[in-house]
Amino acid sequence: MANIWIARDYAACSGCKRCEIACSMKHEGWIWPEASRIRVFMPFPGLEVPHLCAQCSDYPCIGSCPTKALSVDPATKAVLVDREKCISCGACVRACPGNVPIMHPGDNKATICNLCNGDPECVKVCKEAGYNALMLVDEGPSVNRKLFSRHPVEVAKELAVYFFGEKGEEVI
Amino acid sequence: MPGGYAGKFLDVDLTKERVKEVSFDDKTLWQYFGGRGLAAKILWDRVGKKWENLDPYAPESPLIVLTGPMTGIYPGGRICVSGKSPVSMGTVGSTASTEFAHELRCAGYDGVIFTGKAEKPVYFLVTNDGGEIMPAEHLWGKVGEETIKMLNREVGEEMKKRKPNVGIWREPGMVYIGPAGENMVRNSGVMSKICHAAGYGGYGALMGSKKLKAVVAKGRGKMPAPDAPEAAKLLWKKAHQILIANSEMRRYGTGYLGYTVGADLSSEPIKNWQTEWHDEKSYAGPRFEQYWVKKKWADFNCTTNCMKVSCIKNGRWKGDITDLPDYELQAYCGTNLGLFEPVDNIHMSALIDNLGHSGINGPNTMGFAAELYQRKILTKKDIGFELNWGDVEAFTKLAWMIAKREGIGDVLAEGSYRAAIKIAEMKGKKPEELLKYVVHVKGIEIGAHGTRSDMDYVHDASYAGNVQGGDHTSTIGDGYSDMSDAIFADSGVFCDFCRTNRELEFDFAKAVTGFPITVESWRKETGPRIVTLQRALLMLGGPDLKWEPVKDDDNPPRFYEPLPEGPYKGKTTDKKRVDQKLMAYFETLGWDERGIPTKETLKRLDIADLEPYMKKMRA
Ligand code: SF4
Ligand code: SF4
Ligand code: SF4
Repeated sequence: MANIWIARDYAACSGCKRCEIACSMKHEGWIWPEASRIRVFMPFPGLEVPHLCAQCSDYPCIGSCPTKALSVDPATKAVLVDREKCISCGACVRACPGNVPIMHPGDNKATICNLCNGDPECVKVCKEAGYNALMLVDEGPSVNRKLFSRHPVEVAKELAVYFFGEKGEEVI
Repeated sequence: MPGGYAGKFLDVDLTKERVKEVSFDDKTLWQYFGGRGLAAKILWDRVGKKWENLDPYAPESPLIVLTGPMTGIYPGGRICVSGKSPVSMGTVGSTASTEFAHELRCAGYDGVIFTGKAEKPVYFLVTNDGGEIMPAEHLWGKVGEETIKMLNREVGEEMKKRKPNVGIWREPGMVYIGPAGENMVRNSGVMSKICHAAGYGGYGALMGSKKLKAVVAKGRGKMPAPDAPEAAKLLWKKAHQILIANSEMRRYGTGYLGYTVGADLSSEPIKNWQTEWHDEKSYAGPRFEQYWVKKKWADFNCTTNCMKVSCIKNGRWKGDITDLPDYELQAYCGTNLGLFEPVDNIHMSALIDNLGHSGINGPNTMGFAAELYQRKILTKKDIGFELNWGDVEAFTKLAWMIAKREGIGDVLAEGSYRAAIKIAEMKGKKPEELLKYVVHVKGIEIGAHGTRSDMDYVHDASYAGNVQGGDHTSTIGDGYSDMSDAIFADSGVFCDFCRTNRELEFDFAKAVTGFPITVESWRKETGPRIVTLQRALLMLGGPDLKWEPVKDDDNPPRFYEPLPEGPYKGKTTDKKRVDQKLMAYFETLGWDERGIPTKETLKRLDIADLEPYMKKMRA
């Protein structure tokens, strides 16, 4: 299980946001898009970017936390948040190359994907619908993971050119 | 409170710049549910005896933007826009898919009711802290794409300024108007996501009359809680399983129908409906598909993904982006204007949406104008250029002229029905001489499905009996039954293409709301209540027009002309069957033989306050 990872194919994302619904149903008990650990950005219609933790091999978020609220789950390599210790300072958000963590809209504590303890819900619904924008892979940690921790608007700008050609440079 | 509702609505007076919260009691929600139904109820309660004299553009005329208890929970999240229709003078529950709907609910509100008129252009911003009127002079005049881009940026920055420390703010959801709505093009739409429109009813114009450019929401809260969460979650899974199995729709959307509806069914509008048959191979699905840059595109909580993203990457229309286009626009922004090249159709659809015309209604008027040109009633001198079928440059110019109300565009901006009357006057003709070329019911231009071949899903009385006129999503089919389903989707407020089956949908509604709602209760009570109220308001009419029962409960003359060509050549709509079905439909709903609700019906449906008005109409 230590080798699982969620591979993502931005161009394949339909924007259905069922991943958010599934994630929040599991972790919050009901649909709560802004509390979902995966959020799909749409800086322009047609450009949908699923945004979630990439489990960077060097975990900049963990190092940045002044209260040591963050740690690595030895089983899944996901980032775990100790909500008691978190002081909502936002250091992890700033340290993360993709600014992935969110402060939970309920308790304002850092909230990061925990890979559903090894059984990711978001991947299941994405796969069920045949989109496969999210895929569960079995591969060891790598420095490349960090390439997937990126600001969603930056990703969308590239997608824009990929989809729309020259016009893509001006839509966002 | 029942489940599935946020429980609060925003009541905005744009003149006095006052925003307050209102709510509706459980009985009202049970009786009218949400969206289309609740909007009609709110309108009637607010306008009441002033209805007949109320100009939809008057400041006191409400613009209502509502979700329903199913919105964002049941697949296919939509918003319902309503008000007194500037086109039909009745009410339409006009829906469009948009993330705005669930953002609004997550901000804690089920809807927004606007009255008054802003002095300068504004937009309305809803967050978990409430609603605010924001300046929008810089957005006025902007087309759809530009509006989205600018609002995404500025609302994003504003949110970040207010709460800088919560992680990246995601873009808000929004509905907006284009230049057409701003200039009160009577049949213009309220738009979302560049290519979606709450198109029927003319609510773009109503929004423009209030100088309201956009309604924007960013919600960080939970979706309103359902009454029975475990059941709701289970039904959510089941509903998606059904949609995911709908492989045909998911693969093609409606993007291959621009050819097949014409070629196989003979029910596609061509050159203002002069014919409904074509066999143009140039219009075949694969020729559209080559422009699809994304083959699966879905709205919030949708797995039907009927949309594809199309983009023209080179040539004279380089940079035009739209969805498939869907069938309605392949027809209205294509064949109906005599355009049979996919690239021209993609361009025309993108332009029409960007300008905020409703993609069915605006181009219906353009087709009407082109037929007048063909018949030499309108001339080059009237228009400023030649308006020949298939001339994409000419129609491009015309679309802009209507949106900006320039030249003949100012007349055409009144929609097909009123434009016909005006042009007849200009040309010293009788209105009937031009109205025979207008394809509408109750002023609302008809969707892209004809009845003459009787091969499509619409038949004889489908539009004739529709309280929303030419709206192809709300037709009566073989009686009241189809409309009952449409009222349910428009009032629960979810997408028509995410229908699963009645049993599941009503179980879903029950799990979400906790109401004892069933197929039966909807069929027999709620649906009839809503459609009866809509019928009454439609027939009460408005200051500039009043429909005549029975006479106006009919198809346009063109639908009785024999089809001139194709495999169904000579066929036409059977007037006798129209009349028979209409009578049966009136009877099912407890309306008299002129379609006026009876006293007993009004009483049974708990809308007896309509009786004095209906009594007058019965006399
Ligand atoms: S479930 Fe998949 S396709 Fe749908 S929004 Fe999420 S990542 Fe995209
Ligand atoms: S993506 Fe961000 S949150 Fe996830 S491990 Fe990397 S730095 Fe931490
Ligand atoms: S793996 Fe689980 S926690 Fe992480 S984003 Fe997906 S559903 Fe949410």
